[in-house]
Amino acid sequence: MDLKKAALNVNFGSLQLKNPVMTASGTFGYGEEFSSFVNLNRLGGIVVKGISLKPRVGNPPPRVAETASGMLNAIGLENVGVEKFISEKMEFLRNIGTNVFVNVLGDSVDDYGRLAERLNDTPGISAIEVNISCPNVKKGGVAFGTDPAMVEAVTREVKSKCSLPVFIKLSPNVTDITLTARAAEQGGADGVSLINTLLGMAIDVRSRRPILGNVVGGLSGPAIKPVALRMVWQVAKQVSIPVIGIGGITTTEDAIEFLLAGASAVQVGTANFVDPRATENIVEGLQKYLEDNNLSSIKEVIGKLIL
Amino acid sequence: MKPVQLKAEVMRNEKLSSDITRLTMMARDIADIAKPGQFVMIRPTSCYDPLLRRPFSLHQVTGDGLIEILFKVVGRGTRILSAVEVGEFLDVVGPLGKGFLDSSRENICLLGGGMGIAPLLFLAKWLVSKKTGDLNFNIVVLLGAATDSEILPLLDDFEVMGLNVKIATDDGSLGYHGFVTDLLSKNLDPDNNWIIYSCGPYPMLKKVAGISRDNNWQCQVSLETIMACGIKACLGCALPKSESMKLTDTQPYAHVCKDGPVFDAAEVKWI
Ligand SMILES: Cc1cc2nc3c(=O)[nH]c(=O)nc-3n(C[C@H](O)[C@H](O)[C@H](O)COP(=O)(O)OP(=O)(O)OC[C@H]3O[C@@H](n4cnc5c(N)ncnc54)[C@H](O)[C@@H]3O)c2cc1C
Ligand SMILES: Cc1cc2nc3c(=O)[nH]c(=O)nc-3n(C[C@H](O)[C@H](O)[C@H](O)COP(=O)(O)O)c2cc1C
Ligand code: FES
Repeated sequence: MDLKKAALNVNFGSLQLKNPVMTASGTFGYGEEFSSFVNLNRLGGIVVKGISLKPRVGNPPPRVAETASGMLNAIGLENVGVEKFISEKMEFLRNIGTNVFVNVLGDSVDDYGRLAERLNDTPGISAIEVNISCPNVKKGGVAFGTDPAMVEAVTREVKSKCSLPVFIKLSPNVTDITLTARAAEQGGADGVSLINTLLGMAIDVRSRRPILGNVVGGLSGPAIKPVALRMVWQVAKQVSIPVIGIGGITTTEDAIEFLLAGASAVQVGTANFVDPRATENIVEGLQKYLEDNNLSSIKEVIGKLIL
Repeated sequence: MKPVQLKAEVMRNEKLSSDITRLTMMARDIADIAKPGQFVMIRPTSCYDPLLRRPFSLHQVTGDGLIEILFKVVGRGTRILSAVEVGEFLDVVGPLGKGFLDSSRENICLLGGGMGIAPLLFLAKWLVSKKTGDLNFNIVVLLGAATDSEILPLLDDFEVMGLNVKIATDDGSLGYHGFVTDLLSKNLDPDNNWIIYSCGPYPMLKKVAGISRDNNWQCQVSLETIMACGIKACLGCALPKSESMKLTDTQPYAHVCKDGPVFDAAEVKWI
């Protein structure tokens, strides 16, 4: 066999990832929190906690609840705000030697545009990931991510305000996710990432009260993997831009499933809480998988599902 | 000091009562840097259900690399952990959070309720070793539990240090019959400057915080919330801060895993 190491690198247009393993927004803090467990430099990229124009305080507790092979969260998008993010978190992120994706969220189309503009001027950012699973305050609180027209409008606005690659992070709480995926492509997105959490709920039968302070929350973890995989497969067939697969990815095999289904990269979320080294383990696992199967590049896996 | 993730060999599994377990593990990298009041996150199983790690206070830490946790079986995770066998390895992350802070006050009271007694043994040993040679200090230990079987197995560990231990039980089976918080007024001279270190159920801590405020005593409490990560990545462990804290900071919530689990009682918005 060729002595050269099998290649894990993937490219999204001009953006190069040393491997397809990234972290999912909201599960990896601002990177620094994991620096004593993971060699951040070995990851394909990290996606930071969602950032808004102004700081957000988040929801009242309890904010998390464990469920069968998964968890619910209703953090309420607590974050330090874009200015504090740039002044306090970017210094560390600029020096970790991997791609930094900044996840953004807003109340209006205009908010997203202003965030894109502000981040475009900030050195050290590789791409913007747009969380559209938030209510559009100006449109009666309907989530942007459920309406293809709004998805296209947000994408267009963000693209027009920055020159960075833009990934639209899709919500699974829709009837047909390929419609919002296509709307993002239409709006000029450089890629889509999916899925965000599935809306769920848990009740304490003794008190008869909801467990989460916010009553409902987002389900994540191994429990959602089959749903996420199905959606990634459907979307990958429908769009010609890169797809990043997310949802319950915990092991190397999970990651390979998403790559076979058509994802060019994956994000690891809840698994980081279970094992803070999960991402690095998957990078090592993918390398071994390629070598064990005599493959020279991860590109020989992406989209190679046999039907 | 930065936390580590390691595989800790179980050295001892003691059943202190029908539902209380004490586990001793070899975890040198954690033992070397741990401070009283800090905690560890332990995976109950290598499968994915139950999924999340469980937080436990460090109960004892020894110079030869051993750490101990003391816990009660309350659900699936603790039931699995109570059955681990000597020689098995557990996936442990720690030490995490901010522990108890030293105080210049010479009159020290440790007040623990139920499993809240766990971190107080580590704290007591630390205080005793620190204050050795200082004849002016005075430590009072007040322990409370539902019944005697939750306290008896731990009593010796405190008493061998020569500490003055007072006990309260809900059923009167040992010591004072009633709340451990009642022991504060019975044993603490209010004219002295006290520092109270406390851990236990929320209603108990709330009472301790109130009594301390009324008497102008310092008070540090160790609090619990549900936690997913333990390292301030999920923001799940929010705890409302007191109004006075809010004036200096626009964020109304503290994060128990990083800003705590030990807080100055005055920083907490008691509800
Ligand atoms: C910083 C910290 C230190 C702790 N130290 C100790 C200790 O030294 N000894 C000890 O016995 N327990 C301690 N706990 C509580 C312990 O973590 C929980 O009892 C344990 O996670 C329950 O797991 P389970 O799977 O058995 O219960 P589950 O099946 O998950 O839940 C059973 C019950 O326990 C409650 N519970 C679950 N997780 C927690 C939690 N994190 N905190 C409080 N209640 C919870 C649930 O609401 C439910 O009512 C600590 C908690 C924290 C946050
Ligand atoms: C605690 C928590 C916080 C999250 N915060 C965000 C966020 O701020 N922005 C976002 O786009 N997604 C957020 N997510 C969603 C994840 O990035 C991911 O899409 C989802 O959890 C599914 O992946 P997983 O099953 O691997 O966790 C959050 C998830 C969790 C569990
Ligand atoms: S437990 Fe995750 S932030 Fe505190």
